[in-house]
Amino acid sequence: MIALFVRDVKLAVRGGGGALIGVLFFMTVVAVIPFGVGPDLNLLSRIGPAILWIGALLASLLGLDRLFQAERDDGALDLMLMQETPLTLIVLVKCLAHWVATGLPLVLAAPFLGLFMNMEARAIGATLLTLLVGTPAITFIGAVGAAVAVALPRGGLLVSILVLPLAIPVLIFGVSAVTAAVEDPAPFLPPFLILTAITLFFAVIGPVSAALALKHGAD
Amino acid sequence: MRLQAERLSARRGEDLIFNDISFTLESGEALVVTGRNGAGKSTLLRALAGLLPLESGQVWLTETRDEPRSFASACHYLGHRNAMKRELTLLENLIFWQRFMAADSADLRSSAAQASERVGLSDILHLPFGTLSQGQQRRAAMAKLLLVHRPVWLLDEPTAALDTSAETMFADLMNDHTQEGGILIAATHQALGIANATQLVMTGFSGVEDAA
Repeated sequence: MIALFVRDVKLAVRGGGGALIGVLFFMTVVAVIPFGVGPDLNLLSRIGPAILWIGALLASLLGLDRLFQAERDDGALDLMLMQETPLTLIVLVKCLAHWVATGLPLVLAAPFLGLFMNMEARAIGATLLTLLVGTPAITFIGAVGAAVAVALPRGGLLVSILVLPLAIPVLIFGVSAVTAAVEDPAPFLPPFLILTAITLFFAVIGPVSAALALKHGAD
Repeated sequence: MRLQAERLSARRGEDLIFNDISFTLESGEALVVTGRNGAGKSTLLRALAGLLPLESGQVWLTETRDEPRSFASACHYLGHRNAMKRELTLLENLIFWQRFMAADSADLRSSAAQASERVGLSDILHLPFGTLSQGQQRRAAMAKLLLVHRPVWLLDEPTAALDTSAETMFADLMNDHTQEGGILIAATHQALGIANATQLVMTGFSGVEDAA
């Protein structure tokens, strides 16, 4: 399983694998916002966390459709389906590798992009923390969409449409935790803990459903 | 070891593509599946590998192995696609499959270096897989069969895109496998040069009557 993890990370980093594409997209989205909204620093710092979260959400959807499709195209998925190793475990490892290669760079880029949005240190820290906890959930949800659309030649957009509604709770609790960290009366911990729970929940449900979809989508 | 397949049938879409196929193979035996295009050769192999649902029938393997495992996990499947990543080097690809497919160290057979030498690719291990020629890619996929021990080999048109020397090399590999007591099922149009092989001729729709 470690071999699979290492291979997937290598593939993502090497030759247009998509690790950097996500970060570039994230940067573009966030960098464009101040131009659209105008130079109102108070407004920017107020909507900053939400923009960072939306940017990260869209950027992490970007490469998800290839998660299983690339394996299917070259026949590797067939061999994965045949092994004694449970498919659920294989999917989980692939999700983790995908997150490390594409999700983690987004989390690490967020503090720098936070400066674009005139966010204070406290808000940047809270965004970093919530993204770190919340983005794996998006990968796990996305894996289900990717598995369902694995046989479709143009499944990319379909995956995003399937995944977005399910990712809304992640977005809501992610942003509300950051808001709570900045504004005093609301407590930070409850939304943050719910966000953590969502991630843990999808870490179980996601791989199981994705494995089921892959098994029945074989042709 | 004995492989038994009983009354297999499978569908592609609405229609039965084959019906009521039974065969038994003992250790060291090979089955060559022939038939015209669309007769269901690939479908049969994919169904045996558990990649397509069987409409009816079952396959089982009686093995001399302590823990029981699913039939599919006792098989090597060599399909039309090579299951190698273009971005990784040949060596990385082979090492990955060896680590991934070996459930425990008892499964290990030859190292990536030995396997690639056997198929004549030992001097290009460092090249990215995508830069290899069609024939070399096919040879690499064959090297994958040698990395890990699997008693049953399911081969779908294994010698497409190969030159004559590679065909003889692969015939040797297959004969070694059966001599070691393995079982081999190959779908092909070409003579593969397997000693001691039984033929199964698939006739496609013309020979299949839908019972329902």
